[in-house]
This record gives sequence, structure tokens and C-alpha cells, in this order.
Amino acid sequence: MRVFRVGKINDFKDREKKIVIVDNNEVGVFRINNNFYAWKNVCPHQGGPVCQGRLFPLVKENLDPEMQSHGRIYDEKKLNIVCPWHGLEFDVETGLHPGNPNLKLDPITIEIDSETVYVQL
Amino acid sequence: MDRLVVQAKDHPIQELDTKTDTRDYLAHSRKDAEKKGFSDWLIVDVDAHHVESVSWPEITSYIDDPVVRHQAEMYHKERVGSPPYGLNGDLGLRYQDVGGRIPHQSSQREIIDKKDVHRDVVLTKRAMYGLAVDYMVIFPTPMLFLGMHPQTDMEVFLSRAYNRWLTERILPSDPGMLTLVYLPFNTPNEALKMVEEFANVPSVIGFCVTSTRYKPVHANEYMKLYRAIEETGKPIAFHAGYHWQDPSLATCNTFLGMHALGFAWCNIVHMTNWILNGIPERFPKLNSIWVESGLSWIPFLMQRLDDQYLMRQSEAPLLKKMPSEYMSQNCFYSCQPMEKSNLKALECTFEMINANSQLLYSSDWPHFDFDTPSVIYDLPFLDEGSKRNILGLNSAKLFNLDVSGTKKY
Ligand code: FES
Repeated sequence: MRVFRVGKINDFKDREKKIVIVDNNEVGVFRINNNFYAWKNVCPHQGGPVCQGRLFPLVKENLDPEMQSHGRIYDEKKLNIVCPWHGLEFDVETGLHPGNPNLKLDPITIEIDSETVYVQL
Repeated sequence: MDRLVVQAKDHPIQELDTKTDTRDYLAHSRKDAEKKGFSDWLIVDVDAHHVESVSWPEITSYIDDPVVRHQAEMYHKERVGSPPYGLNGDLGLRYQDVGGRIPHQSSQREIIDKKDVHRDVVLTKRAMYGLAVDYMVIFPTPMLFLGMHPQTDMEVFLSRAYNRWLTERILPSDPGMLTLVYLPFNTPNEALKMVEEFANVPSVIGFCVTSTRYKPVHANEYMKLYRAIEETGKPIAFHAGYHWQDPSLATCNTFLGMHALGFAWCNIVHMTNWILNGIPERFPKLNSIWVESGLSWIPFLMQRLDDQYLMRQSEAPLLKKMPSEYMSQNCFYSCQPMEKSNLKALECTFEMINANSQLLYSSDWPHFDFDTPSVIYDLPFLDEGSKRNILGLNSAKLFNLDVSGTKKY
């Protein structure tokens, strides 16, 4: 079995990503808090380089109890990777599009030992 | 099982941004094209854009009128932080990049290493490589709003300057780069002169009306123009746009809503007038192309007009067949941004519009809702012949292009 060493845990800052090439496949590896996630760098929309996009917190509507809107706010607890081709957003932790869970990133198996992050195809 | 640890390679481009080379930005499209064997396919992109305002001082130096040309020169020399001379439109309300989420829409600041070739030529050729297209029809961007300019003369000055600059300075650099000449449609006589001036320029494959304007396309003052275009054997295109100040669209608080409706609405209105006033009967050899409104508006309008026409035929006496028949036989459509969320509806749309002969691939690169050729290639309900027609052969026939293409692999 082949596994691919992506880098040291400490090479990743929190809420940062790294794009690697393994066996001709592009993979995005993301760190949030102490958790790591890896997704194929292929967008389910039109095949764009989704993981090479920018990270944005999830945007929410700011509704009061009477259902009146007070504009939009960032939910800093949720982080989305935004595909740079057409802007589709995906939750870095679940891989799901926030408005349509049928649109999902392709997961890559990730392994972590005491100091290193690996991916497996 | 033995475990073999291999070092992964860091991707040379960790994040795409406004400085990324177009070829890197579109690397996935290029790879896909190679996998699908597009080297063997004629691909014609009938709608892509450049940002002409980056070259605005150059363009305004082509203005005929010496006073206006001098004003433009002084303006660009001395005013700081102003938008390009003479251009109207909502220059600060362009939220297409969704707040920085789609960098290629924000700007293309990539390095242009060649000093002897114009920036727009370099960028266009990189896009043609990335999308694997043989021919790319180049449209302007901020000028799409010129139809709403308060000074109708300015549309004439700027469009003539632009057409001359584009056909003299940019397009001769590559036989794959083409244009549909901008017509100052608010001034019909000047639009007619534009046809006469540019009809025989090699890179000119037709004429374009930017659809964002309040002009009835059936007005008598346009008949000479249509006759002249028909005689050239080249088509007329209506390129859609939006207009947020339109009173009904001004109720939309999101760019999303305004843009989704606006790009269809202007062409819905013009098509309605075009068909009900029998323009295809008056000029049967004049082909029209309806650009950048997507496709879903067409079945909607076909059904609306057919339904109402049968009850009120006396208001449209020039028609000899149903409005939908003119729309599927006399009109051509560019596909982008192709609505793909319901494949059944899309398949029905393809049938209704006679896509096999009337549909033309367009990318709209570098805009946020661009489509790669794979949006057509990947459709499960098309056979290979239809895919080839839509991706290139329909355009080759309509524009009289060499089907051997220009693609250099
Ligand atoms: S390919 Fe990713 S948003 Fe379209």
C-alpha cells in the first residue's frame, strides 16, 4: 500500500491549506483546529480546481425573532473553500455545498501520526 | 500489506488569484480537452470578452472628432481616479466576482512577457489555449452599457473608435480572433455607416447590437440597416446585458437576482418585437443570434408568444407561421450560461430550439459564469454529430469559417 507524505502537522497553520500532486492527482489538504481534511482538487460543478480557491467563512442571513433581516454576517466557525472558476462554495469539513448537499467534494483518505500528515488514494 | 511512503509533490500553484496566468487558471479545462481529444474537433467560441477599458487611452485616440478626441486625451492625462473617458454605466456596482471569490472575474493582472504583442492578444490566445478553441469572437465589456448613454453621439464616437482599434491593432495578430462589429444602434444612420465601413474587413464576421437599451428593434428607421446587413450575408447578434436602474430590476437587492433576470429580460423584449413585427419575413436571409441570455428563456417565450398569437393574429399580420417556428428556424443562440440543473428540461429545450443546427457554443470567458466546451461534450442526450455541430460546425456554417480550424497543439 502506498501512502503519500503531505508534510508535518506544524507546517500547517490553522485554517490553511496545501495543494499536493500525488500520482498525477491533485489533492487539497486543509487544517481546521487540530483536524485535517483532504479533497480531490476537482469541482463537482464543471471540474474546476476547487481546492486552489480562496477560503471564506460561511455567510448567514442575520434574522431577528420576527423574521426581519438585518443583513448578512459571517459564521466564523464554518469555513468554505470557494472554487475559483464560478464561485461554488463547499464546507471544508463536510465537503458539502451549503445550499445543495447533492453537490459534494470527492473525499481523499487522510492519515495523521504524531507529527506527519499523509494521504492515500 | 507492505506500506510504502512516498513524498507528495507540492502543487506549483497553491492558490489562483488575479495574477495567475490564464493557462494555469484554465489548466483543468486544457487537460480535459486533451483527454477528450478536442484537437480533432472544431471548436468556435462565439462569445468571449476582453476588458477594453484597460486600453482606453489607446482606443480613444482613434476617435474621429478632434475636439472629443482631445478632451479624452486631456482627461486621461490629468484626472486621477476617474473611470475611462466617456463611458457610462454603473462602474462601481460590478459585483460579478462575488466579493473576491472569483478572481479571474475581478481582474487579470498576470505577467505579459511579450513586449511586442498587445496585452489583449496575449490574454485571448492564452484563453483560446486553455479552452482549446479554434476561433474566439471577442466582445467588449464596459461598452455593453453604451446603449444607455445619455449622449447618443458618444456611442457613435466610442464604438467607431473601438471598432477601428480592434480591427487594426488587435485582431490581425491571430486568424482565430474575430469580432461582431459594435453598432451604435441608438443612431440608425451611423449604425448603417458602420456596416458599410466594416463589412469587408477579414476579422469581421457579423454585427452586434448590445441589448441593454430602450429601443424598439422593429422601428422603421432600422429597416435600411437590416437590409444592408442581410446583403453582407453576415448575421446580426443581440448581446444581452443587465441594467440595474431599470425600474423593475431596481427592486432586486441582490446582484444574483438582478443579473439572472436582466440578462434574459432585454433579449426577451427584443425577440418579442423582432418576431411579432415579422422581421424574419421582411428579411428572410438575415440571420440573428441571441447571445448570453442562457437558454431557458427561449422555451418560455416560445410558449407565451404562440399561445397569445393564435388569439390575436391580426396584431401580427406578417407572420406566416407560429412565433416558435421563427425562433427555432430563423434564429441562432449562444449557449452560455447554460442552465444545467434539470437535464430533462434542458433536453426539451434543445429539441424546441433545434439545437442541432441553431445552437452555438460560447464560453463568455473571463466572466464568472463562463462555460468550457465540456458543458456540451458531457451532455448525455446528445450524439457526437450534434456535439460537433454545437461546438463548432454550426458556427463555421453561419460565419463561413474554415473548418480545418486554427488550433495549434
Ligand atoms: S467548476 Fe467549480 S464552481 Fe464551477
